Amino acid sequence: MEVWEQVFQLGVLAAAIRMATPLLLGTLGEMVAERSGVVNLGIDGVMTAGAFLAFLTAWLTGSLWLALLVAVLGGLLVGLFTGILVIDLGLDQTVAGLGVMLTLYGLVYFIFRLLFGGVGTPPAIAQFGPLPVPLLSKLPVLGPVLFNQNILTYLAFSLAPVMAYFLFRTPAGLALRTVGENPQAAAAAGIKVRAIRYRALGFASAMAAAGGAFLTLAVFNSFTFGIVSARGWICLALVVLGRWSPWGCTAAVLLFGSIDALQLRLQSSGALAIPYQVFLMLPFLATIIAMIIIARRVHAPEALMKPYSSEDR
Amino acid sequence: MLEMTAISKRFGDALVNDDVDFNIKPGEIVALLGENGAGKSTLMNVLFGLYRADSGEIRLDGTRLSIRSPVDALGHGIGMVHQHSHVVRRHTVMENLLVGRPGGRWQLADASIRQRLLEIQDEFGLWLDPDVQVSGLSIGEIQRLEILRALIDEVRILILDEPTSVLTPQQVEGLFAAMRAMANRGVGIVMISHKLDEVRALSDRVVIMRRGKVVAELDNDKTLTNAQLSNLMCGRAVEPVRKSPAASPGKTLLALHSQRRGSVTLRANQIVCLAGISGNGQVEITEQMSGVAPVSDGHLEIDGQIVEEPTPKRIRSLGVAYIPEDRQGAGMVGAMTLEQNIVMSRSDSWPFSKWGWLRRKVIRDFASQKIAEYDIRPPRSDLRASLYSGGNQQKCLLARELSVSPRVVVIAYPTRGLDVQASDFVYRKLIELRDNGAAILVVSDDLDEVFTLADRVAVICAGRLTLDCPADETTPEDVGLAMMGSVAQSAASKEGTT
Amino acid sequence: MRIRLEPRLQTSQSAMLLAPIIAVAAAMVVSGILIASAGVNPIQAFGTMIKAAVGSRSAFLETLLKVTPLIFTGLCAALAFRIKFWNIGGEGQLLLGAMAAAYVGTQTLPAWSYLPLMIAAGFLLGGLGALLPAWLRLKLNVNDTVSTLMLNFVIFFGMMALLSGPWKDPISGWSDSPDIVMNAEFPIIVERSRLHIGFLLAVGSAVVLWLVSTRTTFGMAMKAIGENPRAAHHAGFSVSKIFLVTALLSGGLAGLAGVCEVGGVQFQVISTISPGYGYAGLVVATLARLHPGEIILSAMFLGAIMTGADEMSRQTGIPATLADVVQGVSLLAMLIALVFTRYRLRLRASNKKVEAL
Repeated sequence: MEVWEQVFQLGVLAAAIRMATPLLLGTLGEMVAERSGVVNLGIDGVMTAGAFLAFLTAWLTGSLWLALLVAVLGGLLVGLFTGILVIDLGLDQTVAGLGVMLTLYGLVYFIFRLLFGGVGTPPAIAQFGPLPVPLLSKLPVLGPVLFNQNILTYLAFSLAPVMAYFLFRTPAGLALRTVGENPQAAAAAGIKVRAIRYRALGFASAMAAAGGAFLTLAVFNSFTFGIVSARGWICLALVVLGRWSPWGCTAAVLLFGSIDALQLRLQSSGALAIPYQVFLMLPFLATIIAMIIIARRVHAPEALMKPYSSEDR
Repeated sequence: MLEMTAISKRFGDALVNDDVDFNIKPGEIVALLGENGAGKSTLMNVLFGLYRADSGEIRLDGTRLSIRSPVDALGHGIGMVHQHSHVVRRHTVMENLLVGRPGGRWQLADASIRQRLLEIQDEFGLWLDPDVQVSGLSIGEIQRLEILRALIDEVRILILDEPTSVLTPQQVEGLFAAMRAMANRGVGIVMISHKLDEVRALSDRVVIMRRGKVVAELDNDKTLTNAQLSNLMCGRAVEPVRKSPAASPGKTLLALHSQRRGSVTLRANQIVCLAGISGNGQVEITEQMSGVAPVSDGHLEIDGQIVEEPTPKRIRSLGVAYIPEDRQGAGMVGAMTLEQNIVMSRSDSWPFSKWGWLRRKVIRDFASQKIAEYDIRPPRSDLRASLYSGGNQQKCLLARELSVSPRVVVIAYPTRGLDVQASDFVYRKLIELRDNGAAILVVSDDLDEVFTLADRVAVICAGRLTLDCPADETTPEDVGLAMMGSVAQSAASKEGTT
Repeated sequence: MRIRLEPRLQTSQSAMLLAPIIAVAAAMVVSGILIASAGVNPIQAFGTMIKAAVGSRSAFLETLLKVTPLIFTGLCAALAFRIKFWNIGGEGQLLLGAMAAAYVGTQTLPAWSYLPLMIAAGFLLGGLGALLPAWLRLKLNVNDTVSTLMLNFVIFFGMMALLSGPWKDPISGWSDSPDIVMNAEFPIIVERSRLHIGFLLAVGSAVVLWLVSTRTTFGMAMKAIGENPRAAHHAGFSVSKIFLVTALLSGGLAGLAGVCEVGGVQFQVISTISPGYGYAGLVVATLARLHPGEIILSAMFLGAIMTGADEMSRQTGIPATLADVVQGVSLLAMLIALVFTRYRLRLRASNKKVEAL
């Protein structure tokens, strides 16, 4: 019983929401790219790069917003570069994505070691602090959990309705979905398939980088080796779990976040005599199981991972 | 008035449109008639901006148009409904109508299009629920969706590419009524077709193309005859492949029984042609006969024995050859070489392999021999199959499937997309096999083909076999009617369906 | 202007030869720039790398030791990618193989049986680690890229739990598994080195797979189901059986990488038993264009880079993560170069409509 009391401490729930933020950013971005028919498999590398760029900028300038901006722009550039590979050259999206990821890992840790290699612990930077919402943060239970977060978390969680509106209510959203389902039909209706895919991939990459930046700017207030710890990969799984819908993805992120928070608590409670790695395993195992459960009801966009060339009819 | 003048279009070595003139006036229904490969679809694709002509010009009311894409064409009021439609299956009808349509920047033009749709539906009697997903629609309804889209775009010229090939008779009636209504409102309609009866029934004017040229232009004054049109279409009194009279059919080699559909029986020394409008259940029959798909409500018998759990491999080992409808998708592996494709289905047996090892010399020699025998061009065995034309791919498949001297041959649309020579080759090959004792099923929607080949004719409509009788006891007219679902009189009743 | 790719009639032989050279050159240019930016002469640094990797007998043999698992994981990826099974799980399958070998190696068994049993157990367990996601994709349409990836983490943490639980050294308290018995250690094939029989096993596997993929009906079936499963089904191949068997083989090969690390290098399972060999296998396979024979060469290239980068890092202080950059850049350059073996580049004005044949 003691275990469960600890698990449901309000502070834990608040932390769960905060830790879900980078996943939410990455997942929603990836969802948009996949809706246009492109998988951004380099996402884990992009997150790492975003985290590092933000850390570096904040360390150099002390400005958190500038750090975020630099990370986002860096992510955008990587997205456009990936676009050349998978949209223009039609490279296999799995392997090209892995190439981008490896290159980014290598580059980031190379520069990181070069700059901070001699220092025992990398320098700490300022971080986005909590920004209580007036009145709402005073609510019992919900207040401290939901309305005492930092500004980026508020922004991330307000994205779902915005993106739902964009995808399903605007001409641009319809065009994006059409490109991901049937690029030939989209082209016949005068939609510029390649341009839309570039934008979607750029957006996805920028969002992933923002997710990485969140880790350094609002969670760990520093950069360490392996800071992203597979969060990018998890985003890929969460898009499938969220069945390519903004609300679904948000729900998937929250589900994953709560399992993650739960395992963290169980780990530190020490109440169960199990090696802590078993708990670390839980979120990944849960993701696989959830994918199996929903497998029959999942429909990926029909043109997902299929390169489009204007010669196909 | 829209005029196309001196249009020429070349694909590689083939001159597909050769100095073609074509025009259409508002409110006119023009039938563009010709055999497969005559160049009629190409001409209309040029008009719709999918292809660009090598030379020639297009004028609308005297102004020269530059049409580089379908978007340009639509901008000039030219719309087209293709055989293979460009709709998004996982969108709703409404979303399909909205795609690419400039609405408000932040808001889809949902309400205004909905309003417009209602008006059009009233006006032309083309009903469709705007909020259902397209994946749940029938082929006829999807075609209706494309026509509605063109009407919302307020096209002045509407091109319909073989619009009736996928429709049931009732749907054809509905479509014709809508086409007449559109023409009455001043829309010029081009109907690409090779169905003579339809052309005579509906069009105001008939333009006939042959081998890339316009060979005749006739006003439809209700005196045209099918024979007259068909002579013009084919250029000569058609010299069909003459088959020797059927030897008396031998014993039953393969029978496919189904509760719902009825039975198909293939006997030695006999070609059965299964006629029907595509999409009526022919593919299921061929796939079940070849073991590709399971037999759901019945069973498959070969040599009088029921085949339990048929698989393609097992069926083939019983002497059944199968050439599917979709050559690129189901027949060939485009990324593999021609020789690999030629031996693929037998690669695990003597003489092509021994204990799982390929005998490459044998394979190469065999492929070279088949390439010569079937006159496959270019005569190379080491090129990727995807580089070959449709006709040569078909020959490659024939070489693969027929080289074992099969006892049963199941072949779907044997000459679709082939030129006259290649078709002729296929016909002779099939007849030769029959004369050597094979039982053959040919699936076709081309009545000329059916009556060239068939010893026996079967018709399928809406998933049911509705007619089955010797070829000389029925007529193309009766079969055509049966394909459309009216099986009331004549042959069927004479023979009695099985 | 826009870029347009025009298919070539036949894959260009000269481009095929050039592709890996371009890939290596691109990787050298990028890493050269990075080295220079760290204030070290790139030529010298490369010299150090080359010397450390192949400069002496012992260096070369140590490199071959690193090449061994890379050949296995490269074969794992190549085999899976040939049938379009997106197995990113080589890392996890390697760990499974290592655990199986460590388990067998600590049992009491007849001396002769350790080697075959460790190999069989590692192969089987690794294979099952790939079979599961392959089966899930076939039967339930579960995305294989994601499931194999997630399994890597499940297996890794599972192994860590094992190491800090049942396999924990009771005396020292280290999170390492118990050492395997002497008889289970792989025979050394070159005197005065650590190079063990696993290297021969790896090269042998590559040769066998090369023969299987080019000379057998199974190889033809693999290619057919990878390129067009529907046509393969029509041609009589049993698509799901071939898919699952290939997946099993793929995972099994990665498992052998783990077996070799346990049997020939570490003699126990440690948390860092694989410095990302599984992921590097994806690069190895791509650099080799999925060709089993060429995998030996690309594995040697990556093995040399990894060993060389470590040594260079020790001598010059340049971070060894440079090896990751080299991997990533050469992978991308190879992919791009390969496009031009099948296509020609055409530049044309953007307003011209491209027509289809």
